[in-house]
Amino acid sequence: MIISQKKPREELLAMLSGVKKAVLVGCGECATVCMTGGDEQLEEMKAFLEENGISVLASLVSGTSCNKLLVKKELKEYKDAIAEADCIISMSCGDGVQTVASNVSIAVYPANNTMFLGEVERVGLFTEACRFCGDCVLANTGAICPITKCAKSLTSGPCGGAKGGHCEVNPDNRCAWIMIYEKLQSLGTLEKLDIMTEPKGFSDSAYPRTISLRGSKE
Amino acid sequence: MSKLKDALESKKFAVTAEVAPPKGIDFSHQLHCAEALVGRVEACNVTDFQSASLKAASLGMCIKLQQMGMEPVFQITGRDRSRLAIQGDMLAASAFGIENILTLTGDHTYVGDNRDSKPVFDLDSVGILQAGEILMGGNDMGGNALSGDAPYYFMGSSATPEYEPLDLHLMKMRKKIDAGAKFFQTQGVYSAEPFIRFMDQAEKYGAYILAGIIPLKSAGAARYMNKNVPGINVPDDIIARMKEAENPVAEGIQIAAEMIRELKDKQLCHGVHIMAIGAEENVPLILDAAGL
Repeated sequence: MIISQKKPREELLAMLSGVKKAVLVGCGECATVCMTGGDEQLEEMKAFLEENGISVLASLVSGTSCNKLLVKKELKEYKDAIAEADCIISMSCGDGVQTVASNVSIAVYPANNTMFLGEVERVGLFTEACRFCGDCVLANTGAICPITKCAKSLTSGPCGGAKGGHCEVNPDNRCAWIMIYEKLQSLGTLEKLDIMTEPKGFSDSAYPRTISLRGSKE
Repeated sequence: MSKLKDALESKKFAVTAEVAPPKGIDFSHQLHCAEALVGRVEACNVTDFQSASLKAASLGMCIKLQQMGMEPVFQITGRDRSRLAIQGDMLAASAFGIENILTLTGDHTYVGDNRDSKPVFDLDSVGILQAGEILMGGNDMGGNALSGDAPYYFMGSSATPEYEPLDLHLMKMRKKIDAGAKFFQTQGVYSAEPFIRFMDQAEKYGAYILAGIIPLKSAGAARYMNKNVPGINVPDDIIARMKEAENPVAEGIQIAAEMIRELKDKQLCHGVHIMAIGAEENVPLILDAAGL
């Protein structure tokens, strides 16, 4: 899941300087779970904007705001409101902002900051789990990601910075490599720690990336 | 030729010290301290933005030392440079006759004094060692041939004798050795027993081990390090000695000298690495007191 967070309201108002009429677009997937772009947050946003002199002409929660064709279809139903509005405020991840923007000819502003790919540990508690490195190493690390869970993304073992098993960067976090060590120990596969690897390459993660499963004819 | 390598290979009890470049452009104090160590230590490490805090670059200070007749150990972390920059700095170092390299992962930028700096960590300590080996083979990491003669490096890394769990640390040490580390300079050592437990394992790997010596400045500083610095454990009796001392700095020098003598007399390691951390002018006094 893509974890997003609301931008500070002051930043949002500064962004919307001069805007009188807006359309709100949320997302029924990740942003709903993150409580940044579901029905309830759109209602709150509408009330907040109207208190600040911006009228909301329409609001919709897209089924999946990263699905460009779906968004295009959904926005068609609101074309009159969009034609009248000064801007659209997207309440999704950074991708949702862009799919909406690619389908309209007015400005689109992000209401959220896109934080990370993570998991829902409990309602309202999200933790980062994957950094999209493009070359998954989890097979040798007891399914604990050192690229993400180690603040330095170290792939050949721990640095010397752990104190009491906790990370020097954020002592709330346990050292990824100590967690990996404990996990491999429990799996009886500690020998995996001795696997010598080449330094991780980054040529496969040169962005922006495109993956097509559609074959060369397309 | 690396004097540090010669000393270690000829089984001499090797001594290295450490200087940090200034946060500025006046190197005179550091050079003055280093000058007092010429002929007394094999080489002098130059830290690379120690504690992720901005200083003049390590390579610049290494060149200054080399030019004044002090053999440098060029510390390279992976924190601030990509593999392109690391290999380039290593080639430049070689062009100035610098052979000793200490490879480190590096403290995170977040704990330093320019917290918004982007942490790089393209290579960790193992990766930097691998880079050095590849350069020594006449190529770069992209598989391209270097022009002219290949460089030579005598490479090492750090070790933390009191790391918990030690097994995990020893695994990383073995990887460093596989990748080309010939020597290790350790975190500060304040008592022989845990160091002996570490050496019982580490010695069989065949790399040279220089025990870290950090002279204490006060009882408070010792307690601070125990609480905040990973891998440092100053025992209570040492803290009590510091607390009772009339002149704590002199007592710290004495304690450091006693530790060095014990390590040397009992042949517990191949040398020592003295990190005076801001009190480099005291290193000759430590050497005097240790009879080195």
